[in-house]
Amino acid sequence: MHGRVILNQPDATRPDAPFTEPWQARVFALTVAMNEAGHFSWPDWAAVFGRHLKGARDGAGEYWHAWAAALEEMLALGGVAEGGEVAALTRRWQDAAHATPHGQPIELENAGRHRHG
Amino acid sequence: MPHDHHDHDNHLDPMEARTRALETILTRKGLVDPAAVDAIIETYAEKVGPRNGAQVVARAWDDADFADWLARDATAAIASLGFSGRQGEHMQAVFNTDRVHNLVVCTLCSCYPWPVLGLPPVWYKSPAYRSRAVMEPRAVLRDFGLELPEGVTVRVWDSTAELRYLVIPQRPAGTEGMSRDALADLVTRESMIGTGLARVPA
Repeated sequence: MHGRVILNQPDATRPDAPFTEPWQARVFALTVAMNEAGHFSWPDWAAVFGRHLKGARDGAGEYWHAWAAALEEMLALGGVAEGGEVAALTRRWQDAAHATPHGQPIELENAGRHRHG
Repeated sequence: MPHDHHDHDNHLDPMEARTRALETILTRKGLVDPAAVDAIIETYAEKVGPRNGAQVVARAWDDADFADWLARDATAAIASLGFSGRQGEHMQAVFNTDRVHNLVVCTLCSCYPWPVLGLPPVWYKSPAYRSRAVMEPRAVLRDFGLELPEGVTVRVWDSTAELRYLVIPQRPAGTEGMSRDALADLVTRESMIGTGLARVPA
């Protein structure tokens, strides 16, 4: 194999897969879609993302965490979504997951519902 | 049947939940269309990849006029093969010779020519590659198993959000008369970033 020394492969079965978890693909595509819709330019995005990446260590996980943090910053800068709004909705999604019976799709509307109630 | 699903509490990974929150906000505000998001994922997870770039290289090896065009206006030459769009709006092709070996990096983040190579591999995005490719390119190439002769100059190209590079590796010996498809099979992703050479036919 090439490049052992600087390689850090999270997924040995598909070392070249661009995404190792579904949320990575999602946050990538949201960013591209926002850029394409004209909400921010790619150079502006790259500048913010580059700053977030500076603190990241090797590995795909840290890369995508930095990506997500950069997107949140872009949305906050653009007045699209504040951090508080994102955090509150994140908790709501987690509540929805807990309230959803196993095997059923997790819907945001399930948040706050008592499964056994 | 007694239901026992309380043993299988659903749980969302924190990043999964956070990403869903972002998508919910953007969708509710009408800023993104979930179907468009799905289409973007499908494109980059499954459709676009380094086979596109391999076709560009094979054509350049096999067609001197195309190679000239590629050298003068890579964006247009590549688009003529059907590869254009996001992150390929401004392309430059850099040709390896007996004297010069080209290596591409993005020191800022992970700028990369998506239409011809797809999304970058993990190592391209790593801090180690991004810093070392500029400071000690020969050591990086050795990590990839590539030892260049003394007389060869390594030229490092730092991609930006505006300009993307595609390395055109040298055509291997013993490939005279091969079809373009067969030639394209010799072109690896690494050879188009500069961390490798084109394969020699078996």
